[in-house]
Amino acid sequence: MRELYQRLQSLFVLGELTEQRANLFFITVDKDRLRPLLTHLRDREGFSHLVLLTAVDWLEDGQFQLTYLLCDRLSRRDLGLRVMLDRANPVMESIHDLWPTAATYQRELREMFGIDFPGSPRLHEEFILEGWNTTPPYRRDFDTLEYARSQYAERAGRETRDPETHMRAQLYPEKH
Amino acid sequence: MAYQPDRSQYPQPGPDGKLDIDLTSGKYLKLWQGPNHPGITGNMSVELTVCGDEVVEGKTHVGYLHRGFEKLMERRTFIQCFPIVCRICVPEPDFNEYCYAAAVEELAGIEIPEQARWIRTLILEMGRINSYLMYLGGQAGALGQGVIGQWTTYVRDLMLDRFEEMTGARIYHMFILPGGVRDTLPEGFDGRMEETLQEIESTLADVDKVMFHNAVFKKRTIGVGYVDPALLDQYGITGPVARAMGFPRDVRKDDPYLVYPELDFEPVVGKDSDIYTRADVRRRDLLMSVDLIRQILAKMPRMGPVMSPLPNVLHWQIPHGETYVRGECSRGEYGYYLVTDGSGYPRRVNVRGPSYTHAMALLERLIVNCNISDVAALLVSLHTYPPEIER
Repeated sequence: MRELYQRLQSLFVLGELTEQRANLFFITVDKDRLRPLLTHLRDREGFSHLVLLTAVDWLEDGQFQLTYLLCDRLSRRDLGLRVMLDRANPVMESIHDLWPTAATYQRELREMFGIDFPGSPRLHEEFILEGWNTTPPYRRDFDTLEYARSQYAERAGRETRDPETHMRAQLYPEKH
Repeated sequence: MAYQPDRSQYPQPGPDGKLDIDLTSGKYLKLWQGPNHPGITGNMSVELTVCGDEVVEGKTHVGYLHRGFEKLMERRTFIQCFPIVCRICVPEPDFNEYCYAAAVEELAGIEIPEQARWIRTLILEMGRINSYLMYLGGQAGALGQGVIGQWTTYVRDLMLDRFEEMTGARIYHMFILPGGVRDTLPEGFDGRMEETLQEIESTLADVDKVMFHNAVFKKRTIGVGYVDPALLDQYGITGPVARAMGFPRDVRKDDPYLVYPELDFEPVVGKDSDIYTRADVRRRDLLMSVDLIRQILAKMPRMGPVMSPLPNVLHWQIPHGETYVRGECSRGEYGYYLVTDGSGYPRRVNVRGPSYTHAMALLERLIVNCNISDVAALLVSLHTYPPEIER
């Protein structure tokens, strides 16, 4: 894998390298340089299987990380490409023309993280959430509890108790 | 060879790449199959546009079962995620447990004991048999043979009995934890497992006669639902669907894990890539799992620990890192991409299930020109589980 990294380095500008296992590497790449690298890996290096495409929200750094995980099945090795996006304006080039199945991943990422992939098929059709009009739910700043409270009414007669106070009252009723 | 219909009577793609379908012309009809159609595998639906009895366009709609598990896991400690991961794929929960546990172990630097590796392999093969038995019943049921489902449910129930005596649970076992497994095998387990395996083999012989040698089943499946081998990498096809095309792709061999390198087996391969071949590949794979379980029980060590010492799991923090761990489940490559940030909670967990790639993009491609009566069989033949798409 180190050989591959050196070979790629002579052709592309690559960022940080992480060696997770002997057969699993992660490399950080600039968003503008991803497509030629992906094409090269697919056509020349045997990384023909797009295992997954997903995002990680680094809220504190104001960035989204897109991970494109590729697999070379013949030589049994995996390569993850990390692309950091500005969280305030998350737009990324679509790769559905390289792998048609990527369109599904991109639809999900747009809905769950709000990352835009202009030109990707059916991108703006609802994927899972119908009529969602607030923060995309898989972002770190989406508060599930607050959303549930604002959207749904409590059942009549339901009380919320602080567990510590409740247990004290149960165990030591004489003190309450 | 794939069926090549005469497309001249059907709508052509417009300049935007979408089919030019005029529903007011009376030529086309739009109808929904699902989300609770008995021929659909679970809670998903396919929006079909048909011309006569031929499908001209099919769009999959999922979301009826979405539980936001990946998000829920970000709000739970590593050990608290276990009741969630096994529920991601209901009929085959053990792969989730294994992949998640293996990913956590890798990032936390935990080695598991030898006996635990064998027991994990045993559980995964038992889960694979369960999943295939459920599939066989579904595949036959989608073509009207309800009796196969009854037979396979019976033997699956016997396998659930084995799970129950081993783990205390029938469906969600939560037996594989980071560090190993919860317990050793119960006394007398081998003998009872052998009886179950013999019952499965005997039932499969009956299934052969009634399903695989049935003229109606053959006519409705041979040459139907052909998947072009050229689509293999374009659509991320793995597992029995890829093996039915003639590619011996099996993570157990390609990227060996647990004790698979110590077992004697070869990936089951077909060549015709239609519904019948996929069913046959799964049937033979099931028999191979029966053989693997016998090998495991004959070879596994019975002494020693099954769990490595763990830190206090309530205050367990895992160093910053990211990894991907995969396994071969009954439908193909199953994997967990886990990112940690040094805290006591996962930063991100992404589940890569084979149903996701097979049931969405690939199905939409295959369903065009399919006869409306074959849609259910086609969908079942891809062996999709909606809970895994909508994790």
